[in-house]
Amino acid sequence: MASLIPKISIPQVNLEDDLQSQIELASANDVPVRIIGGNSKAFYGHAVDASDIDVSRHSGIVDYDPAELVITLRSGCKLKEVESLLAEKGQMLGFEPPYFGDEATIGGMVASGLTGPRRAFSGAIRDFILGVKLLNGRGEIVNFGGRVIKNVAGFDVSRLMVGALGTLGILLEVSIRVIPIYEAETTLMFEHADAQAHIDWINQKRRSPYPISASVWYQGQTKIRLSGSQQGLDSACQDLGGDNKIEHDETWSELKEQTHSFFDQVKAIARVSVPSIEPDFLTAESQLIEWGGAQRWVEVSQADLDQLRQQVVTDHRGTVCAYRGYDGHSAIFHRPTDAIMTLHRNLKSSFDPAGIFNPGRLYAGL
Amino acid sequence: MTTLTRQKLADLFRSFLEYESVVDQPTSLAAYECDGLSAYRQTPLLVVLPRTIEEVQKIVLICAEKNVPIVSRGAGTSLSGGALPHAEGIVLSLSKMAQILNIDVNAQSITVQPGVRNLAVSEAVKHLGLYYAPDPSSQIACSIGGNVAENAGGVHCLKYGLTLHNVLGVTLVMATGELLVLDQQSLQSQGYDLLALVIGSEGMLGIVVEVTLKLLPIPQCAQALLAVFDDVEKAGNSVASIISGGIIPAGVEMMDNPAIRAAEAFVHAGYPVDAAAILICELDGTEAEVESQISKVDSILKSSGAVETRLAKDDAERLLFWSGRKAAFPAVGRLSPDYYCIDGTIPRKALGAVLTEINRLSDEYGLRIANVFHAGDGNLHPLILYDANNEGEFEKTEQLGSRILQLCIHHGGTITGEHGVGVEKLGEMCVQFSDIERHQFHAIRSAFDPANIMNPGKAIPTLARCAEFNAMHVHHGELPHPELDRF
Repeated sequence: MASLIPKISIPQVNLEDDLQSQIELASANDVPVRIIGGNSKAFYGHAVDASDIDVSRHSGIVDYDPAELVITLRSGCKLKEVESLLAEKGQMLGFEPPYFGDEATIGGMVASGLTGPRRAFSGAIRDFILGVKLLNGRGEIVNFGGRVIKNVAGFDVSRLMVGALGTLGILLEVSIRVIPIYEAETTLMFEHADAQAHIDWINQKRRSPYPISASVWYQGQTKIRLSGSQQGLDSACQDLGGDNKIEHDETWSELKEQTHSFFDQVKAIARVSVPSIEPDFLTAESQLIEWGGAQRWVEVSQADLDQLRQQVVTDHRGTVCAYRGYDGHSAIFHRPTDAIMTLHRNLKSSFDPAGIFNPGRLYAGL
Repeated sequence: MTTLTRQKLADLFRSFLEYESVVDQPTSLAAYECDGLSAYRQTPLLVVLPRTIEEVQKIVLICAEKNVPIVSRGAGTSLSGGALPHAEGIVLSLSKMAQILNIDVNAQSITVQPGVRNLAVSEAVKHLGLYYAPDPSSQIACSIGGNVAENAGGVHCLKYGLTLHNVLGVTLVMATGELLVLDQQSLQSQGYDLLALVIGSEGMLGIVVEVTLKLLPIPQCAQALLAVFDDVEKAGNSVASIISGGIIPAGVEMMDNPAIRAAEAFVHAGYPVDAAAILICELDGTEAEVESQISKVDSILKSSGAVETRLAKDDAERLLFWSGRKAAFPAVGRLSPDYYCIDGTIPRKALGAVLTEINRLSDEYGLRIANVFHAGDGNLHPLILYDANNEGEFEKTEQLGSRILQLCIHHGGTITGEHGVGVEKLGEMCVQFSDIERHQFHAIRSAFDPANIMNPGKAIPTLARCAEFNAMHVHHGELPHPELDRF
């Protein structure tokens, strides 16, 4: 199918053998490694004290036929280049992944599991990943999932890699389902003086069949983005009304990349994840609400973090991530229940018996 | 394995279950000896029918202590033998746990017990303008617990996803008897995605006792086109053109000539019986969206070589278009005493090559095949017609099925798109995955169930089983592509 691979500028370099021998050596000597792609998401997770293994040069398109809606890539491919390639073919990634730097790679995107404004409306990376080629802790190369949309052969190992922060193995290749670029997009603005009014409103709108693809509330103002056919958008805009309509709003890329002014103003920022309908309960002076109410950003001091965590778990069925600006002494992620932690340890040792991959990056001791 | 007698085990369970919730009479046990794959049968030691989570936990604790295998069973509609009993184990039927626990209109979610039927979910929320999207063809009968175990799909999954994409949380009873609550209603999962791992795990990681599902607003309108082709490959390529054209239909289904003839004779949907293939393409959404897409799809179909396209003039005609496709299995069943449904997935571009080879295999084995195809997502269902009363014909059918699945692997596809591995495709798992990969699957299973009591022997073949499968196939010279990469 080589003829179907478009001529674009993504470097084709296969370093599989090289990476494999590095891991065989590390595994034989019990030497922990820190897996690095573009190093754009190093802040996400705990610092890892280990020797670096660079995957960023392991790059290239393995297979891409736009009519199949599936792309298979080596993990070192730059996210930026992949998105340009897809756009050339009228396609895109459905989950709006953040870059946090031009060097961001596909492997890092999957390992971090971070998604952008579209998440609540069209899904997360786990909803789009179809297969992985993985280098495990014994230095073995294994394939799970595949390159087709429907596949139930064997356990769903590829989805397990999303958000695992590289603790289960080195991603060599990933197959991802892509979607067509929407014909049109537009942003509507509404005034909602307080957070609760926004939460009620957006959840009510989501029950109607409007093609909403993103939402945000900040400082008394709600914005929603609509994505779809021009005719569909025109009729939705007419129904929804709104105080203002913006054709090309930078807000969404600013939220995705966290260059929005809210993120500059706060020192220590926590990500509060709750079911979208949870009432407003955060007392901080300033908060920003995305994902139809499910993702709430708030400034919380290190001292108040534990108390907030307690409150969110007991009263709001959610989690708190100490996202940016905290010192290394706080756990970044919410500690799961004992039963779930035991499963994490068992799964980790099934992929990486010597515990060489990114030790402690996700949870202490894992 | 257990040395307990049926009677002793029944007494243990009856110490906390109602008398009739423990089935131990051979005549009653016969009802549980197979699922939808009736060629495989096995009488279980016992069947238990708990009503509460606590009862499930107690049953599991006893089985863990006595080392008795547990096969959990929903409605028993599996087509791969996923709920086939174990000779020395119990069947844990979830049919008495069939309550809808909570409907949350604001959150657009519903929490149900595992025995609730798939269609009952949509029926329960219809008055709220909501529905549950995954619609496997057995949706009248199949249960949500079984849908989770198999990651069930349906004709609308190209646009709306599989079970995986529509489950917000599950509660499981693990092999230790502990409860495991996996909840992703906050959208940002943290740590390993155990929910994704559990969905489609064929009852091997735990027993699903509660499920929260995502509900969607019922689309304002749905419209269907029926396109007629004189060539199967043209029909397949037209689907690629629709999708490359930026349109994701709610469903795209294809039938080949034998399937068209069978369906038309059965339901009289007005299908053209001389066509090489027909395509049914459904679009849904707001009226404005559908209107703009339907004309685009119509012109794509015509320029892709459709000899005729028909737009359903009303909802009744749209349902008529679908009636033939939905009745395709029983329709084919009328042509032959028995039929065997295969479930491979291929990249769509391989359709022409795969169908040509399937026809060749059909001739080689002297068995007729009708093809229905979830064309949007590449999931192919060849239906092999056979007569189980002819000696050796079922075995020949299974061999032909295996050849078709290996053909799917060869073209970059997979041995099961939506029916699961169960006991049926254990051999083909040896072709699709390497020893190391299968070892990893076993290790994942052990992470949840070290004593191997949850549905043992299903889905993941042992090393010995693969050695046997490969030896047999190489011996008969039947492994068609020994050189191919294991994908």
